[in-house]
Amino acid sequence: MYARWVLTALLVWPLFAGLIVLLLPARQAKYAALGASLVEFALSVPLWWSFVPATGMQFVADRAWIAGWGIHYTVGVDGISLFLVLLTTFLMPLSILGSWSYITKRERGFYALLLVLTTGMIGVFVALDLFLFYVMWEVMLIPMYFIIGVWGGDNRLYAAIKFFIYTMFGSLLMLVAIIILYLHAGRLTGVYSFGYTHLLGQVALLGPTAWWLFAAFFLAFAIKVPLFPFHTWLPDAHVEAPTAGSVILAGILLKMGTYGFLRFALPFFPAVALSPSVQLVIVILSLIGIIYGGLVAMVQPDFKKLIAYSSVAHLGFVMLGIWALTLQSVQGALLVMINHGISTGALFFLVGMIYERRHSRLIEAYGGIARVVPLFAAILTIVSLSSIALPGTNGFVGEFLVLLGSFRTYPIATGLATTGVIIAAAYLLTALQRVIFNPLTHPENEKLTDLTPRELAVLVPLLVCILWVGIYPKPFLRRMEPSARQLIEQLRPGSTQSQR
Amino acid sequence: MRLDPSVYGDLLLSLLPELVLTGWALVLLLFVAWRHQTVRDLRITGWLTLAALLSTALATWWLWWNRTGVEGLAAMIAVDDFRWVADWVLLGAAALTVLISFSYLEREQLLAPEYYVLLVFATLGMMVMAAGADLMVIFLGLELMSVAVYVLAGFDRRRARSAEAALKYFLLGAFASGFLLYGIALIYGATATTNIGLIGAQVGFMTQPSVMLLVGLALLIVGFGFKIAAVPFHMWAPDVYDGAPTPVTAFMATGVKTAAFAALFRVMIQGFAGVAAWHDILWWLAVVTMIGGNLFALGQRSLKRMLAYSSVAHAGYLLVAVTAGTTTGTSAFLVYVVAYTLMSLGAFAVLAAKGRGGESDVTIDDLAGLAGRRPWLALALAICMLSLLGFPGTAGFIGKWYILIAATSAGQNALAAILVLTSVVSAGYYLPVIMAMYMKPEPIEAAHVDVRLDRWGRTAVAAVVAGLLLFGVWPNRLFQLARSAGDSVQPAATTAATPP
Repeated sequence: MYARWVLTALLVWPLFAGLIVLLLPARQAKYAALGASLVEFALSVPLWWSFVPATGMQFVADRAWIAGWGIHYTVGVDGISLFLVLLTTFLMPLSILGSWSYITKRERGFYALLLVLTTGMIGVFVALDLFLFYVMWEVMLIPMYFIIGVWGGDNRLYAAIKFFIYTMFGSLLMLVAIIILYLHAGRLTGVYSFGYTHLLGQVALLGPTAWWLFAAFFLAFAIKVPLFPFHTWLPDAHVEAPTAGSVILAGILLKMGTYGFLRFALPFFPAVALSPSVQLVIVILSLIGIIYGGLVAMVQPDFKKLIAYSSVAHLGFVMLGIWALTLQSVQGALLVMINHGISTGALFFLVGMIYERRHSRLIEAYGGIARVVPLFAAILTIVSLSSIALPGTNGFVGEFLVLLGSFRTYPIATGLATTGVIIAAAYLLTALQRVIFNPLTHPENEKLTDLTPRELAVLVPLLVCILWVGIYPKPFLRRMEPSARQLIEQLRPGSTQSQR
Repeated sequence: MRLDPSVYGDLLLSLLPELVLTGWALVLLLFVAWRHQTVRDLRITGWLTLAALLSTALATWWLWWNRTGVEGLAAMIAVDDFRWVADWVLLGAAALTVLISFSYLEREQLLAPEYYVLLVFATLGMMVMAAGADLMVIFLGLELMSVAVYVLAGFDRRRARSAEAALKYFLLGAFASGFLLYGIALIYGATATTNIGLIGAQVGFMTQPSVMLLVGLALLIVGFGFKIAAVPFHMWAPDVYDGAPTPVTAFMATGVKTAAFAALFRVMIQGFAGVAAWHDILWWLAVVTMIGGNLFALGQRSLKRMLAYSSVAHAGYLLVAVTAGTTTGTSAFLVYVVAYTLMSLGAFAVLAAKGRGGESDVTIDDLAGLAGRRPWLALALAICMLSLLGFPGTAGFIGKWYILIAATSAGQNALAAILVLTSVVSAGYYLPVIMAMYMKPEPIEAAHVDVRLDRWGRTAVAAVVAGLLLFGVWPNRLFQLARSAGDSVQPAATTAATPP
């Protein structure tokens, strides 16, 4: 019973709750939003237990929507999307709780948009009909656009429109590609349907068109990831967005790109995606992302911008892992996706919390605050270490698996990517040192207050996850394995056996 | 119900909607001859106009309900679903225009009830255009519509810009009519008939279309190109749209365009399916119109001029549907035009509420902070803008989607790609409107206090928004209607069935 309605409930509930929040008095908006997002999380938690580690889609619901065109409302999750759904429902209550004191104007609108955004994000991850997927993919743009544009920093208008137009540019070409796929499959089989499995079965005979279609999908997802050189929207959007916006952008929205590659671009066009030239291009772009992102992060005076560029580097690892297509590398890539959501989310929360106290994000505005705010400093240290991928934290497991798995496919590239880990240590540890250690030079910093219980409530769940994934990642890997294996089997038949 | 146009009674029955509206127009003319002094007279005329439009719609509905069709050959009036659906769009556009005109006319002191009579005559002309199965009937309808609209454009005769608009429109419109008529003459010379069906049959017999036919066709396209404001025949559009009273602009942008396109579809699909040349001509016309309209709109600061250029861009999207040249294209046109009529009228209605004295000086930045002062109005305008942009969840997306399907299923993949790329450009001018309303502060205290719609204006805007959202999420009924209507316009020769 639960299996049949859970995904639909996860989609409908936040939308409904968002409307309710709009109608409530402004003072109660944040409580209602938190309650709604906790209910959402509670709804999603049983997914973890009831998910059977096996191939194929689970919790499937299917209904005709626009019957005349074969458009269905089809949702379902497998080992790839399960964790992204859980990550979304997990980060939402934290984002809402983390915004309580930051958002002071038009609160109702803010929380309602966050809830609507939840629907869009979950929709992207669970949609198994390409029309539904496209609708969700675009729908989630609007709330984010408003969140950046209304509640963002000084340069918010520029950042918001840049974010919007970049994403739209990529996704509209994908729309044309989806339609061409739909007509192609329809002509072959006589059944016109946007269903994922239906289209997947008919993509083999595309011929040279596949290159164009892959290019369209690639552009949409590469902008979202973001892959170098499509990343220029990211620093603006991340820095200008309010804390909750940055957390969600980094934690979930970027994953839509990599998820898109895993779910659509690779399985639909394996011949193109795995042709030597495309592999070369993607591996090189991922490497540039890893190294260039790290180097640029190193020179950022603004802590938030530093984290933003570090995202480019982390997502480079994900792309490398996906394209290497070994069991370890794909599982590692999936883990890095989750870890990046947790660690980078926590970093953005921490920067937001200190910004609220001091109204500066510049690294040089701080220094020596470990003595003033010990709790803050301790947590920042742990989170930074997890982002650097120190063994024992979640970051290590993911990046290690990616590097291990990728080495088999791309030994040289993997060797180069390893330097990314060192660069990450270089920029984050330096920043950490300059913020919390060093002598306390700015007298304003002496009066900083330490974390409040509310802020701890935001951070502690993230810390727990950091350690859990770092020490005992098996439950995660076990649930991912069948789907990852199936994906690889689809793309490189026979390769998974030899890897055991 | 089968009608035989050679029987007098049947002929009248097939003209029932036009006859009803003509009767009402004469009654209204008589009425305003006596009552044309006070505001009350104006109101009563407006209500009578609504009654006229409603009864005409009912007559159309009755004919549609009885599945009226014609028997025998070569009538001058088409009796098919395409006509009924086009009529509903036209009548709907006229009715919404009446609703937003009530308060506008009073506010701008345009106390002349002849306004409504002209509106009725223009609508009648449009309906005749949509119904014409003979080039002469189409021409008659076009002239009836044009003359009424020339006067309406200059209705605010105390304002120089309004008079300028009327004169410009008239001079260029007269030229265009000349082109059209000369084209009809040449086509008559080549085929010895002006009946569209017979032209189609004649063209089918030709192995090589004669030069005279091609020149006639080219002139015809020029004439239509002017009425739909396709680049490069769009030069009049910004000035005329800008100068005319805003409700009239709304009516021109929606009604005139719909009627001209309806006639264009019938002529091209039924009459010239056998001539391949027009596909190429319209292909280029569509491309130039999409690129030109969007790029020009990008440079506008005045909201009204921006909407004028945006309507040029939308003419380009509709031309894509014509270029497809299939029944799917015709259905796509009908769906798109329903969406376009709603969203354009909505946008102009809000503009009419904001502006004073013709609204040409309302810049996009003048809307700054509207969301704080008039949240519902701002929301309505935002939804209209998103729909114009073609955003999922709104009818504008469904329409664009249908056009894309029509284009790709006709093999016009490049055209589809150009359509979506120019749509991305359009985000550059639709989004700033939303941005100004929601993300910029009110320039001076109480800048928007006098922005107000009366009850009927609000009704119109609410209806528009409801329609946009309804068709955006649940377009099934609209599709069925558009499909049967699209199928009813078939080329004279048999064609292969096209998906979907």
